[in-house]
Amino acid sequence: MNKALVIGTSFGGLEALKTIIPALPADFKLPILVVLHIGDNNNDSFVQYLNSTSQLCIKEAEEKDEIKKGYVYFAPPNYHMMVENDETISFSADPKVHHSRPSIDVLFESAAWTYKNRLVGVILTGLNQDGAYGLKAIKDYGGTTLVENPENAVASIMPKAALTKCDVDFVLELNEISNKLIELSAQD
Amino acid sequence: MEQNKSLVIDNIDIEIPLFLEAVFQKYSYDFRDYSKAHVKRRLLHRMSVGHFTSISQMQEKVLRDKAFFIDLLEDLSINVTEMFRDPDFYKSFRENVVPTLKTYPFIKIWHAGCSTGEEVYSLAILLKEEGLLDRCQVYATDFNRKVLEIAKHGIYKTQELDKFQRNYIKSGGKEKLSDYYTLKYGSIKFDQALSKQVVFADHNLVTDHVFAEVNLILCRNVLIYFNRELQNKVINLFHESLVHSGHLCLGSKESLRFTQHEHSFVDIDSKQKIFKKKIG
Repeated sequence: MNKALVIGTSFGGLEALKTIIPALPADFKLPILVVLHIGDNNNDSFVQYLNSTSQLCIKEAEEKDEIKKGYVYFAPPNYHMMVENDETISFSADPKVHHSRPSIDVLFESAAWTYKNRLVGVILTGLNQDGAYGLKAIKDYGGTTLVENPENAVASIMPKAALTKCDVDFVLELNEISNKLIELSAQD
Repeated sequence: MEQNKSLVIDNIDIEIPLFLEAVFQKYSYDFRDYSKAHVKRRLLHRMSVGHFTSISQMQEKVLRDKAFFIDLLEDLSINVTEMFRDPDFYKSFRENVVPTLKTYPFIKIWHAGCSTGEEVYSLAILLKEEGLLDRCQVYATDFNRKVLEIAKHGIYKTQELDKFQRNYIKSGGKEKLSDYYTLKYGSIKFDQALSKQVVFADHNLVTDHVFAEVNLILCRNVLIYFNRELQNKVINLFHESLVHSGHLCLGSKESLRFTQHEHSFVDIDSKQKIFKKKIG
């Protein structure tokens, strides 16, 4: 049974998340951790927006938060977000990875260490290669991997890089992703 | 294949605590209460760079090779910093902390985890502009002697100079950043007058104790690397070191929650993580 969902995206990511997250039900079984590259901007306005349109509770992650279902945790700008093996969140101000902090690779890899084959990883639209290595880590630990179809993504580089690096389980259109996630969250 | 993979992972999670124990026994540097994901990421990086096949193999090396241990200290210490990092913090500091500092005849400041010193020079510039530097004694400490050497010299690459300038302006700087350094051979060197009130010293937050009573402590983006127990221990150390009504400044994503001193401080700026020790 899956235990957590991680999502990584950059350019076009906010719009993509607006399609996926509000479509998930209040009793969605997996906690969700998101890295969205937003440079030095802050998360406040879109966290507020997503909260107003979603049934899940959206928040910017805080250090040492317990990872709980019903919540969507966004990485704060300028910090890497990691999953500790007691299923809490930790941050690091380590150097950027793929010019990115937070980095999708860092989140995905640490989540894979903790959740092993009970993790679902999703790469959406984006303009760099961050996340490809992380998605492969999830796959290597036996987790489930999804990528947005690069042909129709706002920016194809990130999903393409993920497909090149990792033998992914599902390549889906943006509007198909939430249903697949609901299906994966219900699997035993 | 799946089976093998999970066996390897289990081994690593056994090996890392043993490795950290070995480092502590041998060299008295204690990383056992650091955040596990952070340590694992750094050790895996060293393992890959050094072409080791396992953490155990690396443990054998670290026990017998001091030079290798020094490299490892670099991996495990936190050396990402910049001038006026988080400019909004310095702005708030000018507004909310400086007025209190001005009431003290003499000001002792502890900058804990100062790394290569960019934030120490930032603080010194701010204090100078506020007319306070001459009556300050700043203790800038780190456990990594290599970064302390860099901090003492105050010489930095010009790569990030544009960012430093922008940060300085955003932080409410009153002059020009270039007034405080000289440019030579592609590096900048900060005016040594800025550091004449600063003592750079080796101090380990994990294993060392209170060394002075101070009016202000800055320790930004260090606690995020610690587990709850260690965070609690270090906040205790800070609480003990501060005078009544002394200020504590943490990193923007750090807090006092989960520590026993959560209620021993008043929020001065909850967003910029500036706290004041309660009286009594």
